[in-house]
Amino acid sequence: MTSLDSNEMVLNMGPQHPSTHGVLRIVLKLDGERVTGTDCIIGYLHRGVEKIAENRTYVQFAPYVDRMDYLAAVSNGLGYCLAVEKLMNAVATPRAQAVRVILTELNRIASHLLWLGTHALDIGAITPLFYTLREREAVLKIFENYCGARLTTHAFRIGGLQYELYDGFEKEVEAFCTQFLPKVDEYEELLSGNRIWRERLRGVGVIDVETCKRFGVTGPVLRAAGLAWDLRKSQPYSGYEQYEFDVPTRTSGDTLDRYFVRLDEMRQSVRIIRQAVANIPSGPIMTKIAKVVKPAVGEAYVSIEAPKGELGYYIVSDGTTHPYRLRVRPPSFVNLQALGHMAKGALVADVVAIIGTIDIVLGEVDR
Amino acid sequence: MAEEPKPVKAPAVMATVPWEGPIPDLLREHFGAAVLETSSYLDQPFAVVTLPAMVPALELLHAEADFDYLVDITAVDYPKRTPRFELVYIVYSHLRNERIRLKAAVGLGEQPLSAVPVFVGANWLEREVYDMFGITFSGHPDPRRILMPDEWTGFPLRKDYGIVEMDNRWVQANLGIESGQ
Repeated sequence: MTSLDSNEMVLNMGPQHPSTHGVLRIVLKLDGERVTGTDCIIGYLHRGVEKIAENRTYVQFAPYVDRMDYLAAVSNGLGYCLAVEKLMNAVATPRAQAVRVILTELNRIASHLLWLGTHALDIGAITPLFYTLREREAVLKIFENYCGARLTTHAFRIGGLQYELYDGFEKEVEAFCTQFLPKVDEYEELLSGNRIWRERLRGVGVIDVETCKRFGVTGPVLRAAGLAWDLRKSQPYSGYEQYEFDVPTRTSGDTLDRYFVRLDEMRQSVRIIRQAVANIPSGPIMTKIAKVVKPAVGEAYVSIEAPKGELGYYIVSDGTTHPYRLRVRPPSFVNLQALGHMAKGALVADVVAIIGTIDIVLGEVDR
Repeated sequence: MAEEPKPVKAPAVMATVPWEGPIPDLLREHFGAAVLETSSYLDQPFAVVTLPAMVPALELLHAEADFDYLVDITAVDYPKRTPRFELVYIVYSHLRNERIRLKAAVGLGEQPLSAVPVFVGANWLEREVYDMFGITFSGHPDPRRILMPDEWTGFPLRKDYGIVEMDNRWVQANLGIESGQ
């Protein structure tokens, strides 16, 4: 941010602002109530994850990825395991793949639920948070029963799974699906039909498909703008090609549409989970893979559709047990860059809505 | 530390296969000898080009082959090589549903062209490459650090930067402690 006109003022938002969902600082340049420029200051949570990776073995590094997007730790773990498996030329067993899909989709629901609750809270609707956290609790309980951890799960291992499913897993997941679907309709009743909610979000933070592409924006933000692009469909991994599901899209690319897209995505996730849980293949949960993970010299980029967009891992192997270079392509970081475009000309109060609607996790932005 | 003698082994290299098709042909047709390699590893195609050809190549792929989404820009440090760094650009085409990598070697002090005129999204990605590796991009609209503090010295992802190393001067001045360790 360079010079100021006489009728412009600078407003510092964050890093300790509750609506920035972590430690994000935004320097807003204002003309009255209108935003004329934004400058994001990030890095408060920078832990040097990529540097740590170079100093750990492939196996040791696996739990670290959970700490990036800690609201979707399972997705992070899936992406990492797939990337290392690609380098090793290994594929997880069908049983492991199905379980991975179930847990990842449950995690997508959990991530979207927390997003919905906090986003509504930012905007002034306090009630949905209690409902969404109640349903999220059910998902976290399943994680806890499966692997003992609720948030940073470290659910997967390179080559498959560490743990066999516990007794009653299928029943518990199916029960969750059955009771969850009506809840989504309940959120809709609370919010979609609410005139204040609609008027508050319509036309706020508009971004079109072309701009999304220029910024590299992915995930629900891109789909709400109208492009039905989802890596689970376009480049399926972990057996997603076996499941029937739709890619929800909307057309106007505003905050309201992004809300609708995420609600629909939760319903689609339930569809996928139901298909997967109904026939989990039997067999081993670990594929035959060397005990010491030591990929051949080479490099690979593997990405998955995380709840927030394309999450990619670019790993360069020098043939040792440690990654020579590990790069994480974080969806939150890339999507946050479009904030400046989306907030330009908006009201200060809308900036809160726009930050919420991009759905960022600062642990992933800063790594 | 004295170097221990190691058993002589053949140098390990990436077992690539040639990458044929319309895209490598397009690149060769426009850039000729500036395209140094077109290969594929684990079914993931990549091209190695000279540094000056990188941004024009991105522009060409964007305009003529629909590679309209810049996925990522990153770098890898090879201290023993000259030029020392390797810049990696990953681009994707929604129309073709293809993802490719473009790579170029960058020496210490060399200034690659910024890709921001082609993809706005390159802005933060290039800032991160500068922040972590000290590679500056010429023509970048906002050449600041992004994750580390602005006054920090040193580039953490370089191989000669230790895992517990830090800018003690910055830590003492700003955090009021002797050292972060």
